[in-house]
Amino acid sequence: MKRLTLPLSPAEVAILHAGDAVLLSGKVYTARDCAHKRMFECLDRGESLPFPIENAVIYYAGPCPAPAGKACGSCGPTTSARMDPYAPRLLDLGLGGMIGKGEPGEETVAALKRHKKIYFAAIGGAGATYGNAVKKMRCVAFPDLLSEAIYEMEIEECPLVVGVDANGESVYRRS
Amino acid sequence: MRIIDTQEVSACVYRLATKACRTLTQSCRAALAETQKKETGAAEFALSCILENERCALREQMPVCQDTGMAVVFLELGQEVSLVGAPLAEAVNDGVRHAYADGFFRKSICDPLSRRNTGDNTPAHLHTEIVEGDKISVTFLPKGFGSENMSALKMLTPAEGEEGILSFITETVKKAGSRPCPPMYVGVGVGSSFDGCALLAKKALLREVGSRNPRADVARIEEEALARINALGIGAQGFGGKVTALGVSCEVAPTHIAGLPVAVNIQCHCVRCEKEVLE
Repeated sequence: MKRLTLPLSPAEVAILHAGDAVLLSGKVYTARDCAHKRMFECLDRGESLPFPIENAVIYYAGPCPAPAGKACGSCGPTTSARMDPYAPRLLDLGLGGMIGKGEPGEETVAALKRHKKIYFAAIGGAGATYGNAVKKMRCVAFPDLLSEAIYEMEIEECPLVVGVDANGESVYRRS
Repeated sequence: MRIIDTQEVSACVYRLATKACRTLTQSCRAALAETQKKETGAAEFALSCILENERCALREQMPVCQDTGMAVVFLELGQEVSLVGAPLAEAVNDGVRHAYADGFFRKSICDPLSRRNTGDNTPAHLHTEIVEGDKISVTFLPKGFGSENMSALKMLTPAEGEEGILSFITETVKKAGSRPCPPMYVGVGVGSSFDGCALLAKKALLREVGSRNPRADVARIEEEALARINALGIGAQGFGGKVTALGVSCEVAPTHIAGLPVAVNIQCHCVRCEKEVLE
């Protein structure tokens, strides 16, 4: 299995193919429904986003609270398709890729292909595994959203599958 | 007549919620292990991650899935029980509140319009049924919404019959695709009313994965629906494969001569459900 550390170089991105299993480490930012809505409100007001978007990776997730002695509680992925209204614009702004579960919509896939970025599929329901892989975590925006706030996370060896590669090829069967 | 303090119900809900969020049901675990043997490639990888994840949850005393769900509670209240203490719904919510705080479970309940989180995962969605006897049976189902969102209800006409039911189940699963964390568990309600058939579908999910309805005609629908769903090839996490659903459970109830309500309630592969009887 390939071991990769974020941010990925164009050369690393180029050799990833849909369906490849990888162990991913590095920095990610969590954001789900409400956080995306607020980020777009920031953009519409002409303000900057709460974290540097250039080559950043968003993890579609909302963790459980961290018990004593752990950086993070259970933290598996949420359904990526719900973020389809937001993902293409963020990719256009420089987003480096996303981690989530399930098949993203066509416009998101097209944007991934356009910008040569990767969508990683985390295994939905494997919250304990991913929570344990978080080594550091801090809230960077919208703390009132609780689990839906934006957290900066250092992850270590998260088992993921390349869901959509930089050529727009997808692991998901077309239904 | 048996007197039961609602505090006991509260403590029971606390125990069940704590356990349910950290473990899969035995029948779900067995079905996942069987499924892993049948799959290859990315789907097999997903299943091995899913099974390893439960071992990790147990070892670390963490929730199996971060979506510790809406707290759905079924109470079967014996009519010879006399309840004393705090109001019943309050006692149930209290059990949920403390279990979700102490267990470091995610609080996922919010106002539908303002989206403001209630902060303690209450209110629980409580179903109370009065039954014979002097016991209280309590069932706790933490229901995740990735799968709940993919559920659907349709008022079929009697002319559409069994084929209509099967088509609607298959269409609903096909539309859901990779989103509800397959391999899924599919609860189906047939008959009753608009609201009644949705409840039947939810109750079907309380059954063991792989169990069959004792009515032969209903069991046939379960088996045929499962075959059609697995022929879709969606597979674990949508990565393609032979198993898209671990099982289909169907519950039926009498309906009106003019109607044929059908509800399909989708559950992800993370089947978590605990039950206890207070006596």
